[in-house]
Amino acid sequence: MKTFDYTITDPLGIHARPAGMIAAKAKEFSAEITVAKGDKTADGRRLFALMGLSAKEGDILTVTCNGEDEAAAADALRTLLEANL
Amino acid sequence: MEDKMITLRGKPVMEGIAIGILRFLEAGEPAAEDGDPYIGSAEAMKQRFYEIREAVAAECEVLAERARVEVGQSEAEIFATHRLMVLDGDLEDAVIAGIDAGKGLADAIREAGEGLAAMLAAMEDEYLRARAADAKDVCARLIAALRGERTGVSRLDVPTVLAAVDVTPAELLQSDRTQLMGFFTADGATGSHTAILARSLALPSAVAVGELPDRSLEGETVIVDGFTGEVIVAPDTRTLALYCEKQAAARAERQLEETFRGLPNRTQDGYEVQVVCNIGRGEEAASVLQNDGGGVGLFRSEFLYLESPDFPSEETQYRVYRRLLEDMGGRPVVIRTMDVGADKQVGYFGIGREENPALGYRSIRICMDRPEILCTQLRALYRASVFGKLSILIPMIVSPWELCWVRERAQEVRDELRAEGIAFDPDVKLGIMIETPAAAAISDLLAKDADFFSIGTNDLTQYALAVDRQNPRIERFYDSHHPAILRMIATVVENAHREGKRVSVCGELARDTSLTPFLLAVGVDGLSVSPPYVLRLRRAIRECDRSRVEIGEFLKK
Repeated sequence: MKTFDYTITDPLGIHARPAGMIAAKAKEFSAEITVAKGDKTADGRRLFALMGLSAKEGDILTVTCNGEDEAAAADALRTLLEANL
Repeated sequence: MEDKMITLRGKPVMEGIAIGILRFLEAGEPAAEDGDPYIGSAEAMKQRFYEIREAVAAECEVLAERARVEVGQSEAEIFATHRLMVLDGDLEDAVIAGIDAGKGLADAIREAGEGLAAMLAAMEDEYLRARAADAKDVCARLIAALRGERTGVSRLDVPTVLAAVDVTPAELLQSDRTQLMGFFTADGATGSHTAILARSLALPSAVAVGELPDRSLEGETVIVDGFTGEVIVAPDTRTLALYCEKQAAARAERQLEETFRGLPNRTQDGYEVQVVCNIGRGEEAASVLQNDGGGVGLFRSEFLYLESPDFPSEETQYRVYRRLLEDMGGRPVVIRTMDVGADKQVGYFGIGREENPALGYRSIRICMDRPEILCTQLRALYRASVFGKLSILIPMIVSPWELCWVRERAQEVRDELRAEGIAFDPDVKLGIMIETPAAAAISDLLAKDADFFSIGTNDLTQYALAVDRQNPRIERFYDSHHPAILRMIATVVENAHREGKRVSVCGELARDTSLTPFLLAVGVDGLSVSPPYVLRLRRAIRECDRSRVEIGEFLKK
């Protein structure tokens, strides 16, 4: 299992566009991917669930990847978050 | 026949005359039905769901590509997001659960959409709440596909004019443009995304007509006059003939204007003036270039504030300004700092109700209490300045001390950037709007401290003539040709030139070709108009001979 934290710097937080990017990226991997904010957890492949986290600038996201390609998935997601959120 | 004719009055969006068959665009929300016609075995319905899901996702992909080419990246992203929503697992789960609970397919999809929309609508964030409409829109598309209908009006058999409460940019893009002549809407605004798209597609259109004609009139002939905002349903023979002539004349005019593409904005007597554009969004850069504009004379930065749930960050603003400067490829770009207040209210500013908002707490006056708003914007502007030729324009300056205050903030921002080792263009000019009689009267003093002037004739007319632009009852007193206004313009130009400063006109007056000879004769250096007016204005400039203009006739002295 690979896990990392990321603090959101985008003032809009996880709105539709970044949620869409996360979901699209997560679908490229076979590992199970979850994104959590506090006690709320969302399946990384699900756009509506990600938007439902209502994560904003300054919030900390915990991304967990579990499966065969977990290391690659975690790397890819970290790069994506840093560039877009 | 004759007595059926109905005339509606709206606001013109794009010039031209559209004549076609009236067709109503249904609102996107699917109605609950008595008995679902798509009841089959659970297995068959699930399979059907996956089929239409694929088809709609593919349709979204096509739309995204079309939007990217015709409008821009941000529009394309809306459809890319819709595609992901269509394919989303939560939606899928809800639909499958609905089918397993014994519902018909259409009901299962509609209820799944409503569930997701309700989840989003309950959120605190204003932006995410607005996405509830997307969730419903996506499900409406799925149901339309299920019924074998295409959403929007992608297939039209006859020349058509669309009518709707409001039209989305998506619906315009989806329509068959070989047959779509124009459109009109009950609601809507001339600055909306849809309006911008209509202008870039050159679709004659009108918004805010108030009430739509009766549904029974679908199929009648309808005329949209994009010059006046008038919509005429079921015109009598004489009216129709008149508008056919107008349409032919407008087309001929447009063709003639095209012959002025690429020519200098030079009068017969050799005076050259700059013709640039007024825009309200970064995406309009394409339209500036498409219409042969020389740059951006007024970028209204308000949309950044109006469309954001909170104050836009430095980074967000920086990206927009940088993109615009890059898109304009070295052509001059004048960006006006935020002019919120008066008729443009933003909730999170917390301005509250005012008796006279036009004379109230607006633009620079707000910044004086909250300098961080201006400083954030100035930082973003200076950082972006290295990517093109930027000038900064400050609105609502009525006294020299206000300009000094802004200059001090600008100096602080530049010092900060220098200390942080961040590059900026040291030659960025700082100019002011001349939009109050006070500023015009002391333009000799202001010209010493400002690098340039931009005359905003709309506010100047409203303030000088004491006529509220928003009040239709006193519309006839709003006369921008009033000698009081023209005398002020002449004085402002004279005072600016005495200090060696440039003056441009960026209000609606700038595109009024009956005044072009006057403006050129008094020595205006630049005219800034909406992109579609560039070529027409160039024609008027090239036909003008300044030595033959009787300035006194305009000034009534």
